[in-house]
Amino acid sequence: MTLIHFAILLPVIAAAGIGILYRYYKKIHLGWFVLPIPTVITIYLFTLMPAVSNNQVVHETLDFMPRVGMNFDVYIDGLSLLFAILISGIGALVVLYSIGYLSQKEKLGNFYVYLLIFMTAMLGVVLNDNVLMLYLFWELTSISSFLLIAYWFNRERSIYGAQKSLLITMFGGFLMLGGFIALGQITDTYSIRGMMAQIPAVQESALAPLAIILILIGAFTKSAQFPFYIWLPDAMEAPTPVSAYLHSATMVKAGLYLVARFTPLFAFAELWVWSIIAAGLVTLVWAAFNAIKQDDLKAVLAFSTVSQLGLIMSLLGIGALAVQTGAAEQVFTIATVAAVFHLINHATFKGALFMIIGIVDHETGTRSLKKLGGLVTIMPISFTMTLIASLSMAGIPPFNGFLSKEMFLEAMFAIGQADFSVLADAAVLFPLLAIIGSIFTFIYSIMLIRGIFLGKKMPATPKTPKEAPALMLIAPAFLTLLVVVFGLFPNVLSGSIIDPAAMSILNISEPLNTEIHHWHGWDSPALWATVAIIAIGTLMYIFRDAWRPVYRLGSDAFTLNHLYDQGLIYSRLGAEKITDGYMSGYIRSYLIYIFGAFVIFSLITLINTDISFDWGTTAPIALPDLLIVLIILAAVAAILITRSRMVSIIMFSTIGFALSLLFVFFRSVDLALTQLAVEAITTALFLLAFFHLPKRSGNAEPRGFKLNNLMISAAVGIIATVIGLAAYSNRLFDSISQFYIDNVYDLAAGGNMVNVILVDFRSLDTLFETLVFAIAGLGVFVLLKLRVNKEGENKFEEHP
Amino acid sequence: MEILIIIVAGIMIGASVYLMLSKSLIRIIIGTGILSHGILLMLLTMGGLKRGGIPVLDDSVQQYSDPLPQAMLLTVIVITFALTAYMLVIAIRVYRELGTDNVEELKGVPREDD
Amino acid sequence: MKSTLKKLGYNRVHKQMNDVFLKYTAKVVFLVIITFSINLFFSGHYTPGGGFVGGLLAAGAIILLLLAYDLKTLNRMIRIDNKRMITAGLAACLIVPILLMFFGNPFFTHQHMYLQLPVFGEVPLHTAVLFDVGVYIIVAATTLLIITLLASEQFMSDSEGADRE
Repeated sequence: MTLIHFAILLPVIAAAGIGILYRYYKKIHLGWFVLPIPTVITIYLFTLMPAVSNNQVVHETLDFMPRVGMNFDVYIDGLSLLFAILISGIGALVVLYSIGYLSQKEKLGNFYVYLLIFMTAMLGVVLNDNVLMLYLFWELTSISSFLLIAYWFNRERSIYGAQKSLLITMFGGFLMLGGFIALGQITDTYSIRGMMAQIPAVQESALAPLAIILILIGAFTKSAQFPFYIWLPDAMEAPTPVSAYLHSATMVKAGLYLVARFTPLFAFAELWVWSIIAAGLVTLVWAAFNAIKQDDLKAVLAFSTVSQLGLIMSLLGIGALAVQTGAAEQVFTIATVAAVFHLINHATFKGALFMIIGIVDHETGTRSLKKLGGLVTIMPISFTMTLIASLSMAGIPPFNGFLSKEMFLEAMFAIGQADFSVLADAAVLFPLLAIIGSIFTFIYSIMLIRGIFLGKKMPATPKTPKEAPALMLIAPAFLTLLVVVFGLFPNVLSGSIIDPAAMSILNISEPLNTEIHHWHGWDSPALWATVAIIAIGTLMYIFRDAWRPVYRLGSDAFTLNHLYDQGLIYSRLGAEKITDGYMSGYIRSYLIYIFGAFVIFSLITLINTDISFDWGTTAPIALPDLLIVLIILAAVAAILITRSRMVSIIMFSTIGFALSLLFVFFRSVDLALTQLAVEAITTALFLLAFFHLPKRSGNAEPRGFKLNNLMISAAVGIIATVIGLAAYSNRLFDSISQFYIDNVYDLAAGGNMVNVILVDFRSLDTLFETLVFAIAGLGVFVLLKLRVNKEGENKFEEHP
Repeated sequence: MEILIIIVAGIMIGASVYLMLSKSLIRIIIGTGILSHGILLMLLTMGGLKRGGIPVLDDSVQQYSDPLPQAMLLTVIVITFALTAYMLVIAIRVYRELGTDNVEELKGVPREDD
Repeated sequence: MKSTLKKLGYNRVHKQMNDVFLKYTAKVVFLVIITFSINLFFSGHYTPGGGFVGGLLAAGAIILLLLAYDLKTLNRMIRIDNKRMITAGLAACLIVPILLMFFGNPFFTHQHMYLQLPVFGEVPLHTAVLFDVGVYIIVAATTLLIITLLASEQFMSDSEGADRE
């Protein structure tokens, strides 16, 4: 347990306190108590920066489950530090912003607890070296995102969006786990560092393509790449601070992180490189194209986020070429630098834009582009910030988006120098796609500015618009300031953050010494591309009404969303059909399925394996043993015959007490004690329960019914006996008990082996066992206390 | 001894299956109770019976009986109790809501509005 | 709850249970069983016993009280919310391994040490005992929860049954 482990777990620990605090104290907005947590973490992470910039790494291990190779290995290099700072820094800003955005009337406790859980999960993802732990935190981000999207759970759209995001990201996460396990099989380790050391083994392995595909699906679902992007627009039902934080700045970048992290390992594979570039570019163009047709401001930003993620993804793909080829390295290295740079820039301008749109929504009551317009005089500060952030997104100098966009274009032009094996003629396609995507980006950026703030003033907004309170403006203003600062002085970043991160993606140790310039000379193709983008974009924006009908071409039946919905409906219908096929509704049929299967499969196994019955020396049968066995058999027979429930319960207790005596003879005192206590309580339980059950069940059982039952039960009994005898006489390996007997004193300092096994050696089992026990107790409570009233609502009785 | 116990356990398992297939809820519950008793005996026997002293550390004892099945079965006993209680309460609730303890009559009828 | 009991004919049952001898004995036996249960629990690491048996016996002792008196009196005698106790027990079971992790051990690696005390001599201290405390509480509380729930149902279903007929 080191400070860095504590920093990762701090939000979740604080979440417990915040939840309790909110219950008892509601005077001050809860956000003020949450704010220090990400702030402190950010400051702490900045103290690590000098060391990491000097190419050092932080590596701290905390054993969690060493036997299965699942340890809490914190590993901080440039890449993870960059992400961690983004997570905690934007987190602090979002919390600050949410104080203004969410009123005291909302369920703030839920919101901040989920947000803090997310923070820990996300820090855990980016700072972990162990893939199993990474997976654990990865799914935790999905779950907290689900909870946050469904924050306003009374709205149907929220539930739909939350379910969609959970289904898609969990689907990807699960496949990703498969990829991790495949990698673990190849390299025999779950540490990413350990895997990096065995790149040749991965290269030779036949499992590697499978691992690549599975891990990429995990990354693509999380980072909303085509065709998995459909969950992100629906996730916009979440409160705007959440959209700004999870669905733009951090969580959706987890996929990018994963790709960047595994680039050194997989860069050798053509599959890895080209699928990333292809997915990224297709996403970029498709999402930017779709962003323009949206009317809801948040939907525009959602599609814009998807397309920007695609942009970064494709850059990472080109960056992987640098690791792969070695030749023309300088050209591809710049792609990686651009990816990192754009990642930062996107977090700043998109975060600011989300927050401003939240403000617009908050102050006017609508997010529809049709209903907004002409707010420039009313909300001048918001307008200024939108202008800067949107122009940066569009790639207009001198803002930071221009710099990274130009680097992106350069990288796309450089792709022609790659060693194409199959795609030689397609090389021209990449810059073309990049330019088309950028044109659409330009159009929707302008659309945002024009649609909200310029043009005719719309009188029909639900609320009378006014400028937002200062509290809400601080966070977007800070981000906008960063947009300008990074735009004017990009080299502030390059040495301290970008280079270390790019170096860890490329897995090199010699410093890159990147310098980012605004001007590359007249002969730079990227310059002319930018000019072309602005010119064509402006023209297309002016004549937008002429080509807008293009959106009405496709039918709804062919959209991915339709596919998803239909898939959901049909999988449910199919499941229903299959279930109805064998679920008769009679418990007896189910039991017959179970026992029948048991008998049939056991018979097949018993026939196919030749078993011998050889039981060597057995213990002698003493008279008391025999007596007790006879008592048990007599009691069983009595239960079978009698129809009186009183007799059967007395006989049932007799069996229990007889068993406890047998346990004494078999030298298991603990068992005898427990059986005795349980039997006493069970008897009391049955007697209490009899008050509520009918005295005599007059359910006539016809002869055929009984005969049927008799045959099944006889078959099960005989098979069970045969299996027992066979298992007893054939020992495949030695008992592991000797370990416990030998070590009970040395390792656990105990004398009673049974209890030591329970609470020490196998205490994890016991933990779950007690959990099951407690759940059964609560289940009893619910069953007895939950009443369904006439309206069909569930209602608990008053607590005693 | 071991063979005898295994056969007894087999008889108990068979009897429990018979009880579980019957129509009355209370017989089904008693059936599951007997099933777990039978399986308890069966598993305990797998470690051998009466081999050595009780599994509590003692310098004078050379051989202990197998502690592992005992530890696992201890949890089985406790869980069986929880299971029995849970099933009893289900039976009570079913009887109160539907007025019958005959499992044949419990088959749910799909409601119109579903 | 209490008012419901009264409404549902609690007084009638109360009279039937007015057995002085049983009540007095139950109190004494209760103390004996509880003492035995705690003894079993603490000696569980070295001699037969432990959290499961201890918890069950403790529950058994309280059930004895329940049989001798009635639920209302029992609730007055022992003011413990069983559901809270379950939560507490689960927390105890979980906190121990998590705390152990903070001291640089893998999850669920118990630690033990010996303490020299003036009167008792060498006394072993063991984190597994803390875990066992959780087991004890969960087992006792869950068992009691189930039994007391059924006992409280007793009166209600009597009257409900009357309603039905």
